[in-house]
Amino acid sequence: MNTILFTVATLTFTGLCAALILYFTSRRFFVEEDSRIDGVQEMLPGANCGGCGAAGCRAFAEQLVGADSMDGLRCPVGGDEVMKNIAAYLGREVQAGVPQVAVVRCNGTCENRPARQHYDGADRCAIAHALFVGAGGCAYGCLGCGDCVAACQFGALSMDAETGLPVVDASRCTACGACVKACPRGIVELRKKFPGNRQIYVSCVSHDKGAVARKICAAACIGCGKCQKTCTFEAITLENNVAWIDSTKCRLCRKCAEACPTHSIVERNFPARRPAPEAKPAAAATVGTPNQA
Amino acid sequence: MTMVKTFPRGGVHPPACKITAESPIRTAPLPPEVIIPLSQHIGAPATPIVKAGDKVLAGQCIAEAGGFVSAPVHSSVSGTVVKVDTFPDVSGYRRPAVQIKVEDDVWVDTVDRTPDLVCASDLTPEEIIASVRSAGVVGMGGATFPLHVKLAVPPGKKAELLLVNAAECEPYLTCDHRVMLEHAAEVAAGVALLVRALQVERAVIGIESNKPDAIAAMSAAVAGRPGISVEPLRVKYPQGGEKQLIKAITGREVPPGGLPVDVGVVPCNVGTALAVYEAVLKHKPLVERIVTVTGPALAEPANWKVRIGTPFSWLVNLSGGMPEDTGKIISGGPMMGKAAPSLEVPVTKGTSGILLLPASQSLRRPASPCIRCGRCVTVCPMGLEPYLLSKLSALSRLDEAEQHHIADCIECGSCSYTCPSARPLLDYIRLGKAVVMKKLRLQGRK
Repeated sequence: MNTILFTVATLTFTGLCAALILYFTSRRFFVEEDSRIDGVQEMLPGANCGGCGAAGCRAFAEQLVGADSMDGLRCPVGGDEVMKNIAAYLGREVQAGVPQVAVVRCNGTCENRPARQHYDGADRCAIAHALFVGAGGCAYGCLGCGDCVAACQFGALSMDAETGLPVVDASRCTACGACVKACPRGIVELRKKFPGNRQIYVSCVSHDKGAVARKICAAACIGCGKCQKTCTFEAITLENNVAWIDSTKCRLCRKCAEACPTHSIVERNFPARRPAPEAKPAAAATVGTPNQA
Repeated sequence: MTMVKTFPRGGVHPPACKITAESPIRTAPLPPEVIIPLSQHIGAPATPIVKAGDKVLAGQCIAEAGGFVSAPVHSSVSGTVVKVDTFPDVSGYRRPAVQIKVEDDVWVDTVDRTPDLVCASDLTPEEIIASVRSAGVVGMGGATFPLHVKLAVPPGKKAELLLVNAAECEPYLTCDHRVMLEHAAEVAAGVALLVRALQVERAVIGIESNKPDAIAAMSAAVAGRPGISVEPLRVKYPQGGEKQLIKAITGREVPPGGLPVDVGVVPCNVGTALAVYEAVLKHKPLVERIVTVTGPALAEPANWKVRIGTPFSWLVNLSGGMPEDTGKIISGGPMMGKAAPSLEVPVTKGTSGILLLPASQSLRRPASPCIRCGRCVTVCPMGLEPYLLSKLSALSRLDEAEQHHIADCIECGSCSYTCPSARPLLDYIRLGKAVVMKKLRLQGRK
């Protein structure tokens, strides 16, 4: 009996001592932290994708709580809803952001840009990019090894086996920008998301001069500037032999796509054009699978 | 029998395949057109000083050095400049180059094109370096580092030994071998000039022992020159790697991130020594080089003396045309060369060979998982762990890769060559090394 009592007493005494030590240590080393950080972190999606620019959701929550205003801070994954909730929690104002979506700007399908070489090196775009121009011969076009697909945490990107190009599933894309960083050639771009996932963009980033670009790829932008002339909203700029449509200025009128002689301007998820038999909008629509709505 | 020297760690023994070792150097006829790239060296590209329509002579400077680490470029032919534009290089990327239509073969009159051997006079080191610089001489072993930069030993460091790299450990290539057999006296004169330029006492010419004729020829050529000797080396790839050669001959080890001059050695290729002789004593800029055109199925593999800018297709046609089943065109040797996208690529100062491999030898075996056999570790001449580096690089864990000395990889390819699982080890290591090197360079600048 004594043994049991002695044991219980010893253990209780040790436990009490340890509790006291822990209590005083935690008091002594207590770090003052804004309790709102935890609250904000709870509201964030927890993807830790780095799309906001911070190292992860916790770091972004600290940034949000520490900042004076919400300007320039936005979680692309959570979008407006999450930002509004956080603003309400922190008692601040937030402006509605522009939702974005990733867009792959290359039309180098197997027909437009047939393979001239066979690449059997490591299956990484970054490696292929450092070694050579790519099997299709375009120094700016998609290499097709899928670094962007591997970078996407949300399953929004997949390789189309038929075209050899990545396809964006706009419904899953959170515009975190991981694919933009992963692409060694800067082909993926974050563009404004329009209602119904409509999108119109120059699907080429080649800086080659028109004749060279066209020889390599049938759907290359040759920098002719026709689209720029047709655009009434000054949304199109021409630089380094390639046109670029500013999605924040674009009004989706589609005049530029009609004017493009190489069909390098691609329109997605639009209803079929009414009577345009000779303009062949179907040709533009078949290059690459349209985004799913 | 004495032990021939070699580096102590790693190395592989690929089949030598030196099928052109017995073929004397032949002078290639001039092509109708040449494309002379403006970036044939490491460093800033040269700035063109000609424009379309200009008449140029062979040996005339057409582009000036674009900085200290850069080299001028000279026209290799006489004719009319067609255009200054971008042309695909061996990787397929377009780089600035000058296209010249060949008309006759008129040289700048200061160039001495006679085969007579000119003996070294009493030139000062500064004069030699200036001649080397204005002749656009770069390292011709493949790295194409501007030679005048290498000869200008940084203050606080002292060169003691000139190491002439004539190992030619790459399979198939024989251009250095033939140069030593046919131009031994000129090479020896070039080495003597370099010795004088560097103000060193000693020069050693390292030759792999599978070239006894070259060892004999060079030994005879340097017999009358005190301080210059020939050292036979064991046949092992990468014996011709700069750091491996230094270790083999001097026993010294270049520190990580350091230069050979840190251990008192300045290495240079045997072809470079010949170019130095021609530049300094014959006043001939670097506009020609020896190129081995070879391949198991090629009708007439040969060593050609070629003007810089000649298209690969011209040389391949001279050697009997491209074989039917060619699967890969390699610029350089099979271990460290680069696959070319087509034959429409010009010969540059660093092109040592054109290798046409049949389709059956071109494809890689499909990669399978690492079986942890450690063969890559055994063969790595730098004592690295290729399996680990490639994995860290693939996972973008570059800080760890840096700690495991990824920056010391010499990209010899012994690991990929030996891997029983055919893993693309070097591909991934290169990827990580490029990022780490960039970071280190930025840190060095700060």
